[in-house]
Amino acid sequence: MIDVRDITKIYRLGSVEVPALRGVSFNIARGEVVAIMGQSGSGKSTLMNIIGCLDLPTSGEYYLDGQNVAALEEDQLAEVRNRKIGFVFQQFNLLPRLSVQRNAELPLAYDGNLSQREITRRSSEILRAVGLGERMHHRPTELSGGQQQRVAIARALINQPDLILADEPTGNLDSHTGAEIMNLLLGLNRDQGLTLVIVTHDPHIAAQTQRIIRLKDGLIEGDEAAPQTTTQAVSV
Amino acid sequence: MKLYRLLIEALESLNANKLRSILTVLGIVIGVAAVIAMLGIGRGAQASITSRIESMGTNLVYVTPGATSQGGVQSAAGSAGTLTLDDADALAELPNVSAVASVTNSFVQVVYSSNNTRTRLMGVTPGYQEVGSLTLEDGEFISEAAQNARSLVVVLGNQVAQDLFGSTAGVVGQKVRLNGQPYKVIGVLAAKGGTGFMNQDDQVFIPLSTALYRLVGGARFRGSSVISQITIKASDAKTVDQVVQEATRLMRERHETVEGADDFTITTQQDTLDAATQVSDTLTVFLGGIAGISLLVGGIGIMNIMLTTVTERTHEIGLRKAVGAKRQDILLQFLVESMVLSLLGGLIGVALGWGASQMMGQVQILGSSAITPVVGVDSILLATFFSMAVGLFFGIYPATRAARLQPVEALRYE
Ligand SMILES: Nc1ncnc2c1ncn2[C@@H]1O[C@H](COP(=O)(O)OP(=O)(O)O)[C@@H](O)[C@H]1O
Ligand SMILES: [Mg+2]
Repeated sequence: MIDVRDITKIYRLGSVEVPALRGVSFNIARGEVVAIMGQSGSGKSTLMNIIGCLDLPTSGEYYLDGQNVAALEEDQLAEVRNRKIGFVFQQFNLLPRLSVQRNAELPLAYDGNLSQREITRRSSEILRAVGLGERMHHRPTELSGGQQQRVAIARALINQPDLILADEPTGNLDSHTGAEIMNLLLGLNRDQGLTLVIVTHDPHIAAQTQRIIRLKDGLIEGDEAAPQTTTQAVSV
Repeated sequence: MKLYRLLIEALESLNANKLRSILTVLGIVIGVAAVIAMLGIGRGAQASITSRIESMGTNLVYVTPGATSQGGVQSAAGSAGTLTLDDADALAELPNVSAVASVTNSFVQVVYSSNNTRTRLMGVTPGYQEVGSLTLEDGEFISEAAQNARSLVVVLGNQVAQDLFGSTAGVVGQKVRLNGQPYKVIGVLAAKGGTGFMNQDDQVFIPLSTALYRLVGGARFRGSSVISQITIKASDAKTVDQVVQEATRLMRERHETVEGADDFTITTQQDTLDAATQVSDTLTVFLGGIAGISLLVGGIGIMNIMLTTVTERTHEIGLRKAVGAKRQDILLQFLVESMVLSLLGGLIGVALGWGASQMMGQVQILGSSAITPVVGVDSILLATFFSMAVGLFFGIYPATRAARLQPVEALRYE
């Protein structure tokens, strides 16, 4: 599904060049659960942005479902993000002015095919599924961190994507809440076969995935199967 | 994004910054309100002037003594005593017209017991009733007999009767004094309406002969009595131009003058109407200028606040793009917001301006009766359209800036 070939990304700050990725290649198959690990500044977020079609690499090629992403126009990239990809961010990134339900519905506002009735039906269903059936009309700021991240997950799921990209989804949560969120994400893979790519610093979380890609200074340092034993250990 | 959803989000976002939104549109509100109010008053004034002029009859031609200046404006008219009864008789011989002479004295004192009023005196021949379209409420107009006998009789304008007697009933037959001379009231005119110098109800009529030989006149020119004005009534509105030409020709012949050196002036109702329209057109252009400037200033205010909004919401724009918003979606979002903002300003301005013009309509200016403001649908539509156009125009730059933001950069913005 994801085919990354010798990708580099160089940020230019004035005359200074910051190489965030220096030649990264890997494949991720449909239905895989992958953790990306590495120190702060090693290029994890840069890589996620490229996989998520939010940004283009400086060189190298990226094929998503066989489609060369570099060949797409800005608005076509937006469409790919809308249809195929769900994002979960460390900062939740909910819009404080909108209700929980309207936040979850946001991607559908840019889809244009569904009636408001269908949109409401879908968002209600998904919010109930992530345990927020009672909070749909609240503002995000009235919710706890864990609940806010659930809204973000609902938003990522609303357009039935194939790929969920989560950049340190538990980074702002305590370990118990973080474990709940991880269970929710892993459940999506187990029940619906979604492909998951999760950036994390936490080895316990990485251990729940199937495969760990380690980055260091913009290069892949290791790419191996996760230790199998702990996968079932965490339960909520 | 669907339009209704864009509208809802725009309203929500403006509502979230209520005070700021209100302050932003204040410029547009005040500008639009001022223009709506002043246009309403201006048009009301014009409508009442026009109807008053038309109530005097549209096929009237006036001959007055004195020259016309270059611009067509009468200068020192009436000061030269060159218009005579013989002129009036000659003009009356023209085909398809009736012509009557009159003398005018603007300041005559009319007294009834302890009441008195200052009004305009008209010395007229019996034919003036038809020419001036005068209707009697009570009694009769000046007769040939009264004219021939130089009788001391007077017909009162409606308001004069009201002022002196408190009503128009039972006034006929009473005695009033004009500049000290006793006159018998033989008629009271029906009210015609009008204010200020145009008030046709605020005048009194006596026989021309009485005026010339017993009250006002006495001056003579070329062996005939000097009069103030000759009023010609053309048979219908279409022949007015022809009557003007013939009257001019005849007067030049009699006075031995040439074009540019005339000692008389001929005007028509149409001239007066045109002058009034010209004043109102000038006013409209002037108001349009004010409206333009205030909308421009208001628009700059909107652009300023929209730029601030875009900066404040950079992170939001990043997120919207991440979940699939295209450039056009973001562009529309901010365009709709700035248009809703300026449209609201325009609508509030229309409402305020309408209210203000109604209030101003209640106020009596210099004792004349209040005018009815006319706030037309067209000026409301125009104000609405222009305020929306301002929102569109001044929203384009901020909205384009928002639409151009790169998702990653925008998401990194704190
Ligand atoms: N937009 C940017 N402009 C300039 N430098 C950037 C930008 N984004 C990331 N970097 C730099 O690229 C490197 C990798 O950043 P990032 O991918 O965010 O790392 P990580 O997510 O692993 O912490 C860092 O040195 C960071 O400072
Ligand atoms: Mg990062």
